[in-house]
Amino acid sequence: MLVVEGVKNGIVIDHIKAGKGIEVFNLLNLGEADFHVALIINAHSKRLGKKDMIKVENVMDLNLDLLGLFDPNITINVIENEKVTSKINLKLPQRVKNIIKCKNPRCITSIEPYIENEFELLDQESCEYRCVYCDEIYKIEK
Amino acid sequence: MLKGKHLIDLNEFTTDEVDEILGLAEKMVNNPLDYCEIAKGRILATLFFEPSTRTRLSFEAAMLRLGGQIIGFSSPDASSTSKGESLSDTLRTVAAYADIIAMRHPKEGAPRLGAKFVDAPIINAGDGGHQHPTQTLTDMLTIKSKKGTVSGLTIGVCGDLKFGRTVHSLIKAFSRYPGNRFILISPQELKIPQYIKTQVLEKGNIEFLETEKIDEVMGELDILYMTRVQKERFFNEEDYIRLKDSYILDRDKMAMAKEDMIVLHPLPRVNEISYEVDEDERACYFKQVEYGMYARMALIAKLLGVDK
Repeated sequence: MLVVEGVKNGIVIDHIKAGKGIEVFNLLNLGEADFHVALIINAHSKRLGKKDMIKVENVMDLNLDLLGLFDPNITINVIENEKVTSKINLKLPQRVKNIIKCKNPRCITSIEPYIENEFELLDQESCEYRCVYCDEIYKIEK
Repeated sequence: MLKGKHLIDLNEFTTDEVDEILGLAEKMVNNPLDYCEIAKGRILATLFFEPSTRTRLSFEAAMLRLGGQIIGFSSPDASSTSKGESLSDTLRTVAAYADIIAMRHPKEGAPRLGAKFVDAPIINAGDGGHQHPTQTLTDMLTIKSKKGTVSGLTIGVCGDLKFGRTVHSLIKAFSRYPGNRFILISPQELKIPQYIKTQVLEKGNIEFLETEKIDEVMGELDILYMTRVQKERFFNEEDYIRLKDSYILDRDKMAMAKEDMIVLHPLPRVNEISYEVDEDERACYFKQVEYGMYARMALIAKLLGVDK
C-alpha cells in the first residue's frame, strides 16, 4: 500500500467520490499551490468502498459553497498539530451567487452582464435550485 | 402595509394584502369619483420595453382616474436602451422623476432586477413568459365580482400554458385559496412549466388534471380561462403555425358548459374565441378589461399609500 504522510497543520478534504478528486483539485486551483498537496485516488473507504481525498499542508480558506455544490457528501477535517480540531460536513448552500449560471435564454441575466447569477435552494433532497430572477430550475447532479 | 412595496410576484403579498387591494378595487368600481383626486401631484412612469397597448393604457387610465400624472415610453426604441444603456441605469434615472413605476420587459426577472436598484415601488407589468401579476389581480377581481368568491372553484386554463405568463400568475395566486382545483388544457408542446407543477401544485397538494381535450372537461368548469398562442414567444415560426389553432372556443363547446360558468381571456384574442361567443352572457372578457383598470387603480393607491 502506498503511504502518504499525515498532515501537521492543514486540511484534509475527505470522502470525495472516487474519480472526482482531480476535479476538486482543479476547482480549488491547487495546481498553483506553493505548499505540499497530496491528491489520493481510490483510497479505501469503509463507507464508500473507495474514495478520493486531498491532503493540504496549509490552513487555507475554502469556498465551502462551491465544494458543497460540487458534492455535499465531502467532509473537511481541519488539522492542527497532527490532530483533527474540527470536522465540517458540507451541505448544499441555501443561496449561491455567481457559481451556477442561468441557462434560460429569456432570463434577464442573459443580457445584463453586471448582474450576479443568483440561485436559491428549493430542496436539499432533490438538489434543486431556482433562479431568483426567472424561476428556472437547476438540478445539481449528485 | 403595502405602501412602498414592489409588486414583482403576487405571491409575495399575503392573501390579506391581496384581499385588501381587491376590497379597495370593489369600492372604486362602485364609487369611482370618490377616488378621482387621491393621487394628485404623483407621477406614474410606464416603461414598456416590449409593446403592449392594452396594459399600458390600463395603467395610464388608472393613474389619470386617481388624479395623478404619467410619463414613460411604449417601446425600447424610444428609450436609452437603444443606445446601450443598462436596465439598472434606466430605472435609476426614471426613479428620480417618478413616484411609482410600471414596467414591462421581454426578459424574465427584469422587474426583480429593477427592485434591487430603486426605492420607488416597481410594478411588474409582465416579464417575458414569466409573471403578469396585475393581470392576475384583474382576473381575481373579475372572478370575485362574478362568482362572489375566489375559493372552491374548478378553474380550466386552456391554450398556451408554457409561455402564457398570465396563466402562471393565475395558478400561483388561486392555489393559495382553499378548494380550488385546476384543469390544464394544452397541446403537449405547450404544457405548464415543471416548476409550476412541482413547486406550486404538487407542493401545495392542489388537485390538478392535465389534458389535451377541452370537450371532455367543459362540463366541470366554473371558470374557463382562454389564452392566445403567442407568436412572439416562439423561436421557430413553423412551431407557431402548427400550434396556433389548437383550441377554438365556439358556441358548440359553450353548450357543454355549466350555465354559470364564466369565460375569461387576458386579450388580445386572435381566433381562439369565436366572435359568436361574445353574445353569450358567460363571456366576461370585456368586463375583465374594465376591472383591470380598477384593480390597477387600487394597487397604485395602496403602493403609494394614498388610499385613505
